Amino acid sequence: MQDMSKLVYLVPLFPLLGFLINGLGRKSLSKSLISIVGSGVMLIAFFISIGVFFDVKANGATVVELFPFIHADTIQIPFAFQADQLSAVFLLIITGIGFLIHLYSAAYMHEEDTQHYGRYFAYLNLFVFSMLLLVLGSNYVIMFIGWEGVGLCSYLLIGYWFKNTQYNYAAKKAFVMNRIGDLGFLLAVFWILYKIGTVTYTDVFANVAQLSSFDITAITMLLFVGAMGKSAQIPLYTWLPDAMAGPTPVSALIHAATMVTAGIYMIARSNILYTLAPATQTVVAVVGLATAIFAATIALKQNDIKKVLAYSTVSQLGYMFLGLGVGAYTGAVFHVMTHAFFKALLFLGAGSVIHAMHHEQDIRKMGGLKKALPITHMTFLLGCLAIAGIPPFSGFFSKDEILMAAYNSNPLYYYLGLGGALMTSFYMFRLYAMTFLGSFRGTHEQQHHLHESPSAMTLPLIVLALLSVIGGFVGIPEVFASNAHSLEHFLAPVFAESAKLAHPHHLEASQEYLMMGISTALIIGIIVWAVNRFKKYTDEGQENSGLARVLENKWYIDELYDAVIVKPLHHFSAFLKNVVEKSGIDGLVNGAGKLVGYGSRQLRLLQSGQVGSYILVMVMAMVVFVLIWFNDHTIMNFLKKLF
Amino acid sequence: MPIQYYIFLCLTLFSIGIIGVLTRRNAIIVFMCVELMLNAVNLLLVAFSKMHHGAAATVDAATTAGIDGQLFVFFIMVVAAAEVSVGLAIIVMMFRNIHSVDINFLNRLKN
Repeated sequence: MQDMSKLVYLVPLFPLLGFLINGLGRKSLSKSLISIVGSGVMLIAFFISIGVFFDVKANGATVVELFPFIHADTIQIPFAFQADQLSAVFLLIITGIGFLIHLYSAAYMHEEDTQHYGRYFAYLNLFVFSMLLLVLGSNYVIMFIGWEGVGLCSYLLIGYWFKNTQYNYAAKKAFVMNRIGDLGFLLAVFWILYKIGTVTYTDVFANVAQLSSFDITAITMLLFVGAMGKSAQIPLYTWLPDAMAGPTPVSALIHAATMVTAGIYMIARSNILYTLAPATQTVVAVVGLATAIFAATIALKQNDIKKVLAYSTVSQLGYMFLGLGVGAYTGAVFHVMTHAFFKALLFLGAGSVIHAMHHEQDIRKMGGLKKALPITHMTFLLGCLAIAGIPPFSGFFSKDEILMAAYNSNPLYYYLGLGGALMTSFYMFRLYAMTFLGSFRGTHEQQHHLHESPSAMTLPLIVLALLSVIGGFVGIPEVFASNAHSLEHFLAPVFAESAKLAHPHHLEASQEYLMMGISTALIIGIIVWAVNRFKKYTDEGQENSGLARVLENKWYIDELYDAVIVKPLHHFSAFLKNVVEKSGIDGLVNGAGKLVGYGSRQLRLLQSGQVGSYILVMVMAMVVFVLIWFNDHTIMNFLKKLF
Repeated sequence: MPIQYYIFLCLTLFSIGIIGVLTRRNAIIVFMCVELMLNAVNLLLVAFSKMHHGAAATVDAATTAGIDGQLFVFFIMVVAAAEVSVGLAIIVMMFRNIHSVDINFLNRLKN
């Protein structure tokens, strides 16, 4: 695998190739060819990524400069890819899980027309390409290109069924929300460029000493605004649940492999800046924690299978930001990885359920699917256990690492985070029990057609389930076995500078065991309670009241945004249109025309046709000219001479 | 006779001419008033010419100074004669067409 890193540019190249082939040939290629091209390029990219990963592991980071991109006076921005430990991990996640999702899509989207099928795969490939650009770029500008690319692709894919107006609104919402964040990101990049004169990571991080603490705080805050938009944090998270309008594999791709992890990646990449800005770190931690709990409360009462998972993603992203905020960068990246495994699994499992239920997404109308969908059921259960954080599933290790780091920073973070984790296990097992246990609550026709999904769909489920189970072992905490956290060792060079500045104080092993034990016991208790409560669920159609109703309506946040931002903006626009535009600008323009017209009508009266009056004017004019020409002195002299 | 007399006479004639042009409606009268103005100017030219020439002749009897004013008078008379012929022709045509020489009927160019 020597020098494999030099070929790192091939990783994004293949998805781009797939995008071009499927995009241009969507009308002429057959469905099987489209899916082979779409998934094949991902598989090749995945293999190259493995090669890059091992090369980086053996030989460290490489920067591959392709061509100068922006070349203006002292500003040099090359189009270069950086293959280092952090991007290698993300490469594996993106291409590996991306490939499984492509494979799954090939079966899931089979009912679509060939043309739309091709369009779908083209978008999917472009999405992966943008994300790869984002994680591979060796400077903030390349990252920004990828950043915008995933924003665009999410818009295209969320609005994939563009004939549905609601879906288009969801797509637009995602785009606009992201745009707000992008502005922050862009300003931060300009700020860095202005202060340091370069945007290449290595140069920027080597020259952080040039920045005042105000600069660093402002830059990191602006970057965080970007991360808020892309990674769906309060207050910009509302697009992510609405992004469920897209096909289910797209949701899996957005939530697991691409897009929402971009914010985490960006902060992990800029870790040294954040370590030097403790104020921003606090903000990141608080926002992350607030999002984690807030989204978890909403997820408790959602009845759409995908909505529950969506809010769960928002909540898990909150944990990752909590990890970043308390300086546990490895923990955050670790959670990105394990979350990618089990969230992709859960979404694809949900897709399998929806597929079997003929596009029914309401879990109140499901139940008892255990028998009909054995593989989906088994893998989904494993995913739920992983996300709930039951040892030894992957979610346990990563969540535990973040929560322990949070405890070291501020015990309050830990208790609140634990509360969120308990809610996570509650809503996940509510979802599980209502979907798979109990008796079937759908129509007879649906029951008749219940079937396990084809192998192209179950295979990714099995692979992802396996990863969800064993994925956590790359990050075994110090307390179990020393030096067993291989991910931390692998990523150490990326976070080396931050690690120097951090002052970690480890808990006593006994206390850590105690905390793990208590949290696990609590989670298991919650799971048992949730399963027992919801497996007997019958759809009585009772109305929720009080807090439950508020939660079901997502705290009325959408309505709040509507009332506070959208409506006033509409009113303001109406004011501009009716008052400023109509009477102001139109008035000015039309007024100029009217003035000329009026003036001309008045002047036209001079042309009376009366020759006499013309001559009178002429004579008077001559008199006036004479008076002007010879000044009064001359005239007075002349008159004096006369008389 | 002092030059002032001539100037006053000319001013009077010229003013009569202007007022006539401005106030009268009969084209013939207007025409006559125009002639009156021209001739007022002629008279003034001759008067000034005589004055200058007389002043110069006291110094040098053979001088031609000031006689160019009288020359101008001939030009003006020629121009006036041409103008009269054209103008009268117009008036005749006008009378043939509208049976009137009232200049206020000649506002057809309006609009």
